[in-house]
Amino acid sequence: MTETTFKLNGETRTVKGPHNQRFLDVLRRDFNLTAAKEGCGEGECGACSVLVDGKLINSCLLPLANVAGKTVLTLEGYRTTERYKMLENAFLKEGASQCGICTPGMIMASEYLLSHNKNPSDFEIRHALAGNLCRCTGYNMIIKAIKRAAKEGAALW
Amino acid sequence: MLKTDISRSIDNVEGKEKISGSAKYISDYAIEGMYHAKTVRATIAHGNIKEIKLPHFPEGYDSVDYSDIPADNVVGMINDDWPVFAEQEVNHIGEPILLIVGPDKTKVAKLAQAVEIVYEEKTPVFDFKNSVKQLAFKKGNVKKAFQEAKQIIKHTYETGYQEQAYIEPQGFIGYPEDAGITLIGSIQCPYYVKNAVMRTMGLDEDNVRVKQAFVGGAFGGKEEFPSLMACQLAVAIQKIQKPIKFIYEREEDMEVTTKRHPSRTVMEAAIDASGRISAIRSHLSLDAGAYLGLSEVVLSRGMLAVTNAYTVNNLDVRGDVYRTHTVPNGAFRGFGAPQMIYAIEMFMHHVAKTLNQDPFAFRMAHLVKQGDLTATGGIFRDPIILRDMITHAVEASDYHAKVKKYNDPNIFKGIGMSWFLHGCGFTGSGEKDKIKAKVTLEKTKDDQVHILVAAVDMGQGAKTTLRKIVAGILELPIDVIVFDNPDTRFVPDSGPTVASRTAMIVGGLLARAAKTLKEDWITGESQTVSKRYEQPEYVAWDQEKMQGDAYPAYSWGVNIVEVEVDKTTYEVDIKDIWSVYDLGKALDENVVLGQADGGQAQGIGYGYLEVMRHDGGRIRQKNMTDYIIPTAADMAPSHNHIMDNPYPLGPYGAKGVGELTLVGGAPAVSLAIEQAISRPLRKIPATPELLMEAIEHD
Ligand code: FES
Ligand code: FES
Repeated sequence: MTETTFKLNGETRTVKGPHNQRFLDVLRRDFNLTAAKEGCGEGECGACSVLVDGKLINSCLLPLANVAGKTVLTLEGYRTTERYKMLENAFLKEGASQCGICTPGMIMASEYLLSHNKNPSDFEIRHALAGNLCRCTGYNMIIKAIKRAAKEGAALW
Repeated sequence: MLKTDISRSIDNVEGKEKISGSAKYISDYAIEGMYHAKTVRATIAHGNIKEIKLPHFPEGYDSVDYSDIPADNVVGMINDDWPVFAEQEVNHIGEPILLIVGPDKTKVAKLAQAVEIVYEEKTPVFDFKNSVKQLAFKKGNVKKAFQEAKQIIKHTYETGYQEQAYIEPQGFIGYPEDAGITLIGSIQCPYYVKNAVMRTMGLDEDNVRVKQAFVGGAFGGKEEFPSLMACQLAVAIQKIQKPIKFIYEREEDMEVTTKRHPSRTVMEAAIDASGRISAIRSHLSLDAGAYLGLSEVVLSRGMLAVTNAYTVNNLDVRGDVYRTHTVPNGAFRGFGAPQMIYAIEMFMHHVAKTLNQDPFAFRMAHLVKQGDLTATGGIFRDPIILRDMITHAVEASDYHAKVKKYNDPNIFKGIGMSWFLHGCGFTGSGEKDKIKAKVTLEKTKDDQVHILVAAVDMGQGAKTTLRKIVAGILELPIDVIVFDNPDTRFVPDSGPTVASRTAMIVGGLLARAAKTLKEDWITGESQTVSKRYEQPEYVAWDQEKMQGDAYPAYSWGVNIVEVEVDKTTYEVDIKDIWSVYDLGKALDENVVLGQADGGQAQGIGYGYLEVMRHDGGRIRQKNMTDYIIPTAADMAPSHNHIMDNPYPLGPYGAKGVGELTLVGGAPAVSLAIEQAISRPLRKIPATPELLMEAIEHD
């Protein structure tokens, strides 16, 4: 049995088991962290997005080995922050979540975008979200939500 | 919210759970000691099973097939032709033959792969050859109109598959409970599932319990298909006596679940001396796939949309459902209407062009008015504000100026407009004769009011809107109105969550129940009020002849899409979208605007982007890489506008919303592309290769 150690939502964790297993499965099965969803299992939909050392990654394509020594943030860790609260409120007010299956990934993608670009244009938001599919909303209300969060939470990012 | 306008948005009542990732979807469920199931499927399109060679099963692993079914090997729907497991004959690639069940998911998958099936192949049919259902209706005197016609114009329109592509694949988890079976699923219709399982298992009502998990998108895709999975899972649970989790992976989901029916529509118009359409002959062909499922009803809704928002006095409308050896097709938001509305909107435009008339003026001249007869001789009783809606959309988009400007063939830009209606609720007497919806409000001693209905919130905001209706009438704050995900042990059958019926029909019943509860309200007592659907008396429908009022009410819409086409790659860029809707009265503005944006994206995607084909019965686009749905970068901003036109019998005046917003997208984007490339199009999706063909081969 190999062991993999990494930081998960602020705590150091060690997982026993094959190196090549999907990190998404590790999160969901070993840690019961189910905010990251499996929409496609092939890196297309972004529902499984997590932040690894600050980078937005599809955890369904991520082998466990690749997180060794790294810092992972999932929505469960992120949702305790002020930034999350700001995004949550913006998503609520703009009606940006319908069925909600894409929303955890959208939130992580929003955090990634805003932490790199405090005041993104529509165009920049559309391209930043292009790896996160949503079949319900047609995206416009998500874009409005991100703009609202950027505006109301200007000091946070 | 009490005294304010109902339309004012409130925070989506379960928004926080979803946004924070704590909402539980089906794949988030786990039960101690649960097993996993995987389907073994046919690899040929048509033939007989000669032999099944099972691998050696380690302890705890087993297979489940038709011979384990206690009662009927049928997925109970309208027709009884869809088996739970194939027995001898297989009729499409991917048809389920057996399940492998066991404790370790990876081992289950390996064992499933090791099953070998020997077939005796037969010749499959893939064309519109084998008609298994025919429908027809008439209006006026078509023969005479065609005899007297000054000109006859005929075109054929084709549409492809469309995959619902909900982001959450289908799934269930189930377990034995008492003497029966309990299933939790990602479903639209808890009672469809329950009834189907009772039939397959020979169990009575008390022994089948169906609960709804959070649903990660459905769009019709989780209307009838889940019944098939549920029946299979129930058989497995009965045999193995363990909790079992049964979740599809994306490829499996795309390959074997129901899709929008590919169609072909022939439209033929008689033009009279004044240059107007005096009659239409129309024939709609739908490809059902291997089993009928709901195809007949899809055909019917398609045919009923034949004249869309126009009045034509003489009609001869026929349709056939064809069986082919391909994956069964089924419900998808719009339910036959998108195919027909695409055809009629394109046809009106093409006829005008042929007659050298201005398409806008030509279409306006045929516009339906209040009091006109519907295609089936019913009456448009309620006020129609479509003319004002069109005016609004035209002004907001600067439509006329752009049409003129983009007529220049060198600039490769175009603007397209569709307008359309959608019948709310089940077709004909379906609500009265088949569904007989019942709703209950249960007040507890602490004066909380529980909404007990089988309606599912799959993202369309049912929980928000239905709670608002009840809270509004009772004049109570929204948080004392409770609406949990349905569980058939507690909720009555208020019907399936389909056909744009939830707001208008279920919401209407809840409004009536709330009124009664308000009158009888006793603080501190537990009270229960139930209401059952009653058809408005004036609505009369003859299903046999397809005559009368097909729907109690109609919602209306206008879509305008502006595009630019790349001159060398023929890629289409969606520039802007305008829409106007009359859905009676919005029960929540954000919910309606969200439906508008999402429906339009699906409708426009259907028109230009979403390609799915089969090759010898094998679906070629099996994942999100190959089957392209619009991304944020593909979609354009939208300018959506709601116009109030309250429907007297709807709750707060509301009519249906969900499907309306999809049905006009394809013709609007197609007409825009058509203008941009200065060539007529009669097929969707209008892909770059189709555009290239149109441009280079003329
Ligand atoms: S599930 Fe990972 S990208 Fe879709
Ligand atoms: S809200 Fe349903 S997929 Fe985005």
